[in-house]
Amino acid sequence: MTWSWDFTWQILPNLLAGLVVTVQATILGSLLAFTLGLPIAIARFAGGGWIRWPVAGLTEFVRRTPLLVQLYVLFYVLPDFGIALSPLTAGVIGLGVHYSAYAAEVYRAGLESVPKGQWEAAKALNYPLSSTFSKVILPQAIPPMIPAMSNYVISMFKETPLLSAITVIELMNAARIAANESYRYIEPMTMVGLLFLLVSFPASLASVGLERWANRRARD
Amino acid sequence: MQTLTEYGGFLWSGTLMTIVLTLGGCALALVMAFVAGLGRLSPVRPLKWLSVAYIEFFRGTSCLVQMFWMFYALPYFGVSLEPLTAGILTLGLNIGAYGAEVVRSAVLAVPRSQREAGIALNYSPLQRLRHIELPQAIPMMLPPFGNLAVDLMKLSAVASLIMISDLTFRAQLIRNSTGETLWPFLAILVIYFIIASAILAVVSLAERRLSAGREGVRGVS
Repeated sequence: MTWSWDFTWQILPNLLAGLVVTVQATILGSLLAFTLGLPIAIARFAGGGWIRWPVAGLTEFVRRTPLLVQLYVLFYVLPDFGIALSPLTAGVIGLGVHYSAYAAEVYRAGLESVPKGQWEAAKALNYPLSSTFSKVILPQAIPPMIPAMSNYVISMFKETPLLSAITVIELMNAARIAANESYRYIEPMTMVGLLFLLVSFPASLASVGLERWANRRARD
Repeated sequence: MQTLTEYGGFLWSGTLMTIVLTLGGCALALVMAFVAGLGRLSPVRPLKWLSVAYIEFFRGTSCLVQMFWMFYALPYFGVSLEPLTAGILTLGLNIGAYGAEVVRSAVLAVPRSQREAGIALNYSPLQRLRHIELPQAIPMMLPPFGNLAVDLMKLSAVASLIMISDLTFRAQLIRNSTGETLWPFLAILVIYFIIASAILAVVSLAERRLSAGREGVRGVS
């Protein structure tokens, strides 16, 4: 069987439509992960024992089990309890929750990198906890987190094909549908690989650039 | 609960398959990590470029896409792989690319003076690597290797999508045949968690043994 360009052009629009869904899922998943990661990190960093241990246990559980199975739980188990999610919603929640456990670690490392004196200064100035975080700690802690976070966004992007297993028609599923209709696998599968490289390679170059930028900022 | 005992043996075989995938994948990943990681540091240009191409390709694309490509597209080039072979190959090659970066950065993290001492003692580059750089670099590699091994174990669930009857595949079969959803998935999540914890325990034990008497090296990663 040889490579057919006609077939490649014919399936390309569907693949690109799938790529759009893949990128959407990555962006929404990242936003959810960043949002959930912060309270998790604060609970593990500043919470009392009764909140720290359950949160730590739960995040470790999420980190040590496969994303695919977590997606199955969201998609197949929750409807039995009356919570029926659309495939894309289940996928975004799965990605977001899975990566929030990793994002929390990044936040924690970032928070720990802020010198203790800054906390003490905020306390001396009688800042309430909320403005200590929003005005003093987070502005110093966030820039060094950017490279690690952008790496996790890229990993999440590469894990979105798993959403095809819960019937989301993203890039991978679009390719599988094209392959199953035509019994041709080389073109769809190769194109998926190339499209992934096309997005993730510039993205990883950009993340190296971001890292340099953050390092320069940290030195100033 | 009755079904749980009924399907216990069924899930046990799935556990063994997941362990086979993990061990096979880790063995290949370890070899690839050293070959490509040291290859990338090699002064021999073609070797260096080949390593960079391998690392960037496997890190740049998704593991599931690689697995599907090996399983569905490779046969058109005359290479038909058994599902298990395709699974272990993809997992090993994929995580091996990440491992190569660990090997590279650990070797680069060995203090310069160590290499210079080797040069002063007239060691050949290979002798330097074998007797000076690697013995100091390997303890640094262990913690990130442990995390990668857990990542590989988690990725192995993807193999269920190319018909390998691992834990995830079997949980799906149970769901399809009984309509039960909660306990099959909960059971395999717990099994995955136990395997991951076991991997991390073994790695931290190895770390403690290898870094005994090397306090200066420990914990740099």
